Amino acid sequence: MVKTAEGGRIAINGVSRVFEDRTDGDQAVIALSKVDLDIREGEFVSLIGPSGCGKSTLLRLIAGIDKPTGGQLKLDGEPIDDAHPSRGLVFQDPTLFPWKTIWKNVATGLEAQGVLKERKGEVDKFIELVGLKGFEKAYPHQLSGGMAQRAALARALVNHPKVLLLDEPLGALDAFTRMNLQDELLRIWRERGTTMVFVTHDIDEAVYLSDRVVIMTPRPARIKETIRIDLPRPRVRYSPSFFEYRSRILESLQLVPEIGQPEYIV
Amino acid sequence: MEVAERIGVSADAKASIKLSPADIAKLALPAAALIISLLVHAFVPDVQIVASESEYTVILFIALGLFSAWAIAGLYRRKLLASLLYFSNIITLIIGLLVVWELLTLKSGALPLPYFPSQVKILDAVIGDREKLLVCILYSVRLLFIGYLIGAVFGLATGVLMGWYKHFQYWINPFLRFIGPIPATAWIPVVLIVFPSSFTASIFLIALGTWFPVTVMTWSGIAGVNKSFFEVARTLGASERYLVLRVAFPAAFPLIFIGLFMGLGTSFVTLIVAEMIGVKAGLGFYITWAQAWAEYYKVYAALFIMAVLFSTIITILFKIRDRVLIWQKGLIKW
Repeated sequence: MVKTAEGGRIAINGVSRVFEDRTDGDQAVIALSKVDLDIREGEFVSLIGPSGCGKSTLLRLIAGIDKPTGGQLKLDGEPIDDAHPSRGLVFQDPTLFPWKTIWKNVATGLEAQGVLKERKGEVDKFIELVGLKGFEKAYPHQLSGGMAQRAALARALVNHPKVLLLDEPLGALDAFTRMNLQDELLRIWRERGTTMVFVTHDIDEAVYLSDRVVIMTPRPARIKETIRIDLPRPRVRYSPSFFEYRSRILESLQLVPEIGQPEYIV
Repeated sequence: MEVAERIGVSADAKASIKLSPADIAKLALPAAALIISLLVHAFVPDVQIVASESEYTVILFIALGLFSAWAIAGLYRRKLLASLLYFSNIITLIIGLLVVWELLTLKSGALPLPYFPSQVKILDAVIGDREKLLVCILYSVRLLFIGYLIGAVFGLATGVLMGWYKHFQYWINPFLRFIGPIPATAWIPVVLIVFPSSFTASIFLIALGTWFPVTVMTWSGIAGVNKSFFEVARTLGASERYLVLRVAFPAAFPLIFIGLFMGLGTSFVTLIVAEMIGVKAGLGFYITWAQAWAEYYKVYAALFIMAVLFSTIITILFKIRDRVLIWQKGLIKW
């Protein structure tokens, strides 16, 4: 398969998102406050942090399905102001359209843009890429969680997005399916060169997959630290250097109790 | 039973087509009931005058023939045999009830005429009035079809607009809430004066009665669609048109169907009442007309035809639903 992703550079400048309609006490909820982040073309970046740190909000802003209340987001220099097929999205819940077969689900992006007739072959190609050949005629309720998530991945990829936004896509899967799909994701990423922005709760997953891990904290919801993972791929989950990165992230998230510090800090 | 079937409890059926004594008894029951029915019909003397004695005999013979054919075919096709065994009890009960009814009416007069005609007397009406009844059926179906179609189309349109656009919902909702719950038939006095003919008036009433449930269910169906569907579709490049017609509409279809089903029920009621009061044709009209002559056996004949007709229409609607909702699990069978 051809490396399709030309571009895919994301610039996030002073981005805030305040929810006026949701309140925390009597104050409006600040889901993100003045976030700056630059993501290179073809980079694999994970956003990690406890719930309420605004990582999903940030992902939705990059997708364009939500708008910032301050600051600006750009993709390859162009401001992001609405959802666009150049930025594909995969949720934790595969949200496949239950009334469509797998083939039609994957074909949705092409159909919506009115180019399905000319590019039918690509649907088959992407179904094969995610390993769902033979399940074209199945309905979503007939698939396992892992297979449904593969289908959701193919559906997002069929538009040749420059950026793939993944919101805890493997969060609901069992450990084996999860590791399996992590490798699949890396393979697809290598083959296609798509910029990946990956939201996760799982530190191992972040270290295993990413070029950079962005650590976010709640209240105020912002980026605390960015850690570059300088490990060759394929990465070994039990190597000492892997554990080193793991500990660094744990420390940064203040999940390692220091002597003399009360435990209720977490 | 349905649940049991789905999880395969009765699917073990018969390994090879070999009939146990219990099965044979089950197969023989409906046949025995039919034969008893024939004997009663032929040999117990009538106390009332009916014209279709021999026709009823023919019908019973045909039923016996069909049943035998089904049983014989069942010896070669396991599926047919299974369905026969499954239905044998209820078939026997129905035949038994018919025998009892005939004994209570035609054979003894225990239940008096004209209010309790025997099935043979009802058959008189079906045969004797067949042309008139056929015309009535056609009139009813035409009225129902046009009225329901108009009501359903408007209901779908209003429901989609209300579910999708806040503004539309704001302007329409009060009217829907105020006018919708009035039974369509209550409008008859007004509508018969306002409209140029009783035909157009009835169409309006049926459409109105259908419109309300279809609108409400479509509206709530569309408004309740999982927002993530829209978000995903938008990132895939969907236009608003696509979001409404290709995402919201199919996602809401399970509820929309309930609206269509409720609307159909209302339309039957409205149709018959409209025909009884204003329209000079159709099954409702036929019933009022027969009642005026105290020919109750004709009323029953019309009721019987209505049962067959409306049940068939509902079956068609459910078949369409099964096609459209093939993706849904655990559908209710009709």
